[in-house]
Amino acid sequence: MSAERRVIEQFDETTADLPRDLALGLDAHFERLVRCYQDRIYVFCLRYTGSPEDAEEIAQDAFVSAYRALCAYPTDRIRALALRPWLYQIALNGCRNRARGKHVRLVQMEGDEDGHSEIEPEADERERPDVVLERYEGTRELGVLVATLPERYRESIILRHIDGMGYVEAARVLGEPVGTVKSNVHRGVQMLREAMGRTANEGSIQG
Amino acid sequence: MSEGYQATIAGTQRVLDGLHRLGNVQAPSALLPGVLARVGLRDAYWQQDSPIGPVYVAYGEAGISAVRQTSTPAEFEEWYRDRFGRPAAQVARPPRPLADVVERRLGSDVQGEIEIDLRGVSTFQRAVLQKTMEIPRGEVRPYGWIAREIGKPGAVRAVGTALNHNPVPLLIPCHRVVQTNGRVGEYAFGSAAKRAVLEAEGTSPDLLEDLAKRGVRYLGDTEDHTFCLPTCAGMHRRLTEPRFVTFRTPQQAVSAGYRACDVCRPALAS
Repeated sequence: MSAERRVIEQFDETTADLPRDLALGLDAHFERLVRCYQDRIYVFCLRYTGSPEDAEEIAQDAFVSAYRALCAYPTDRIRALALRPWLYQIALNGCRNRARGKHVRLVQMEGDEDGHSEIEPEADERERPDVVLERYEGTRELGVLVATLPERYRESIILRHIDGMGYVEAARVLGEPVGTVKSNVHRGVQMLREAMGRTANEGSIQG
Repeated sequence: MSEGYQATIAGTQRVLDGLHRLGNVQAPSALLPGVLARVGLRDAYWQQDSPIGPVYVAYGEAGISAVRQTSTPAEFEEWYRDRFGRPAAQVARPPRPLADVVERRLGSDVQGEIEIDLRGVSTFQRAVLQKTMEIPRGEVRPYGWIAREIGKPGAVRAVGTALNHNPVPLLIPCHRVVQTNGRVGEYAFGSAAKRAVLEAEGTSPDLLEDLAKRGVRYLGDTEDHTFCLPTCAGMHRRLTEPRFVTFRTPQQAVSAGYRACDVCRPALAS
């Protein structure tokens, strides 16, 4: 796992020149932008919506919107762009719109009579790398809990603890004061801890 | 430190570790090619099951651009570059909404919205293809019907040529257009394939051939006195009941006191 994290960090190092390159030639360098950020943006959308299908669509739409915006921006603006928070903002809007446009599909946890929840991914999901990872005990349950947190806690938690973003950048993405984000993260972790501690088979958190 | 406090610390650590693990996910492989295709930087194609076996389906900025059956991906790529002047890269599967739409189109009556790239075709061909999309699953129309419906009744042969150059067979159902004498006729993938696709859609090619051989081009309903093309949905239902008559020409139907069906519009109003 730490190896994967390192890979992500390495990508970040190569992104330093990306705004300049995009300003020089958008079409020549846009693929690099998608390669650099697709995992992070997809994870954000996946954990926000709790649905791989929705996450794929929203992430794809986000990059398409980013491309169209970059086409319209003057080169000075592209060169000065903080790409990562900017892309997260686009993805965040997509996630929020999706959540408002239709009812979020809640993945209900089914418990058997003894109160053990047994959550098996659909047969065709088993081979997906994201699902395979969720075989770690409790990880899938935690994913469901995150996706059903009230929006303000969910957004802050995903940025800070799933994507590993600093508070200043997370505050920038969310357009909120750093203090607000910190307290939302704190409260969100508390809610998750309490929910994980409960033995009852609840699939969502009421906020 | 109290036990309760320590339990809280441990619980928090468990949540934070769990959240960290939730971050270890890779984007699906279809994401990047999906984005590049949609912004027009690189078209993509995948192998798709269909009623005539595996076909290659390509898409780009303006939607689905091609459906083609070739023996190898390399052959498809060469053909694609020749025809469209740009390359296409193979992907394992199409991006999410597209996959579902194509699947539905090829395998069921449900016909969701689909974007098809018709930028490379002439105005005439586009009119032909758009009209062809209106033919319901389970029904067929003659070339002459298309020609008349698009306001070019004399252009029957050109309709055939336009359909033969359909960039997206199966998705635009050119297999539902048959010869004016009612026979199944030719197809880009061969006439055996045409019969197979029609059969898969619930249209009997044998019945079509049989009617054509007998010179029957229209069926009349003896109760409401309308006449239809043989596969018109309304008439299809009635074929099981002994309440239809056959006609060779619209004139024959009209002089027998029948009027043309509003749904399949078998002939010009006269």
